[in-house]
Amino acid sequence: MQTVDIQQLKSGEVNLGTSIMAVQFKDGVIVGADSRTTTGSYIANRVTDKLTHVHDRIYCCRSGSAADTQAIADIVHYYLQMHTQQSGAPPSVNFAANTFQKLCYENKDALSAGIIVAGWDKDVGPSVYNIPLGGGLFRQPWAIGGSGSTYVYGYCDATYKDGWGKEETIEFVKNTLALAMSRDGSSGGVIRMCVITEEGVERLFVPGDKLPKFWEGAEVLGASVKRSDSTDQTPMAVEA
Amino acid sequence: MISLQAHTLLMVESSRQGLLSLEIENSGTAIGLRVKDGIVLAVEKLIHSKLLIPEANRRIQSVDKHIGMATAGYQADGRILANRARDEALSYRSSNRAPPPLQDVVMRLSLYVQAYTLYSSVRPFGCSTIIGSLDSSGPALYIVEPSGIAYGYHGAAVGKGRQLAKTELEKLKLSELSTREAVIEAARIIYLVHDDNKEKEFELEMSWIGDETDGIHLPVPKDLLEEAEQKAKDALENFE
Repeated sequence: MQTVDIQQLKSGEVNLGTSIMAVQFKDGVIVGADSRTTTGSYIANRVTDKLTHVHDRIYCCRSGSAADTQAIADIVHYYLQMHTQQSGAPPSVNFAANTFQKLCYENKDALSAGIIVAGWDKDVGPSVYNIPLGGGLFRQPWAIGGSGSTYVYGYCDATYKDGWGKEETIEFVKNTLALAMSRDGSSGGVIRMCVITEEGVERLFVPGDKLPKFWEGAEVLGASVKRSDSTDQTPMAVEA
Repeated sequence: MISLQAHTLLMVESSRQGLLSLEIENSGTAIGLRVKDGIVLAVEKLIHSKLLIPEANRRIQSVDKHIGMATAGYQADGRILANRARDEALSYRSSNRAPPPLQDVVMRLSLYVQAYTLYSSVRPFGCSTIIGSLDSSGPALYIVEPSGIAYGYHGAAVGKGRQLAKTELEKLKLSELSTREAVIEAARIIYLVHDDNKEKEFELEMSWIGDETDGIHLPVPKDLLEEAEQKAKDALENFE
């Protein structure tokens, strides 16, 4: 869904071929991302922070062009500061998401940006907004994005449940990202996560050698197999 | 020390403002009530000719779905101000994708009004404005004066009978009244401050914003208006 057309990037442009996600739960939201930044096949940065602060309780996950998404996040950060000064109260997540969406939609021909906005505010509590490539705006209980997300839609659909607490949600984000990173060549490195609640923002880090492990494949052809292991295997009946 | 030039300017200005404020002071009274769950606006609209169509030349106008205003003074200036307030409300909506808080509209409107006190090529506005709204943060009520100053009020009165209206408003427990009760009180005050002997006939114009109108600024329905007028007349007989 949020895969970036490599052809659309200028040659040498830094790309966030990414796995990002955000999930809301009872008391807040959890945002997570891998840490790989690439220029073509070269890993330009293996410890990138794609979770970008735009206000005290609002973060965004960036995918697409690193330059474009950084610039957008900077502009939104400025708007949110202005809004806070003028209204005397922290902005709603809805306001932040709408500001992102406007920039993404009105400049859609010039941008390559898939952004997930998530955070907590006084009026609605936790919320997650997805802004895919064309500049649409969708509120969702969970959102995944970047090139790696295509591999894990099925996992998310099968796993996600309403009414989770903080710990369960952290596990869900960690497992989803690990699965996406293992299949997607443009994702990898470490997992970064932020837990955003009324109390504040807590940063979590999973190093590359501590990622959750799943089935990683096994060579079948050419591998020697003990006879005793295959006793239960009955040869397929062949009709005469 | 004030310079001679500035002194002359102030004298010219004060005499010019004097004429304008005379116009406001002789205009039919307008009042606004900020109560528990809404806003009521009421205007004593003086009828200078029996040939006029009833309910023509309304002095209460809508600025946004949830914002209403009433003016005293030059009616033409009041309409200019309402148009400006509508533009400001619309501009807030297009940049924030949310209904404007009244304070924001009032700030922008008062800045506009103040600018008309600065230049020799224009005259200041010849009207005082009561502006009220109801939104998620509750009811709000302001007066914007021709100088550009704006204050928030629980009860507001402008125009000829404002002194008497203010003393009547002070007697009410505004923060405990329901919007429906406030309609009755507003009508009573307008009938009370109207001087039968000296003045021409008048028309009672009333609007409200409350839970009963779903947070929308609307004229008070005919049956309630008639009930309020009848009660106002009865109260007046007992008063004298």
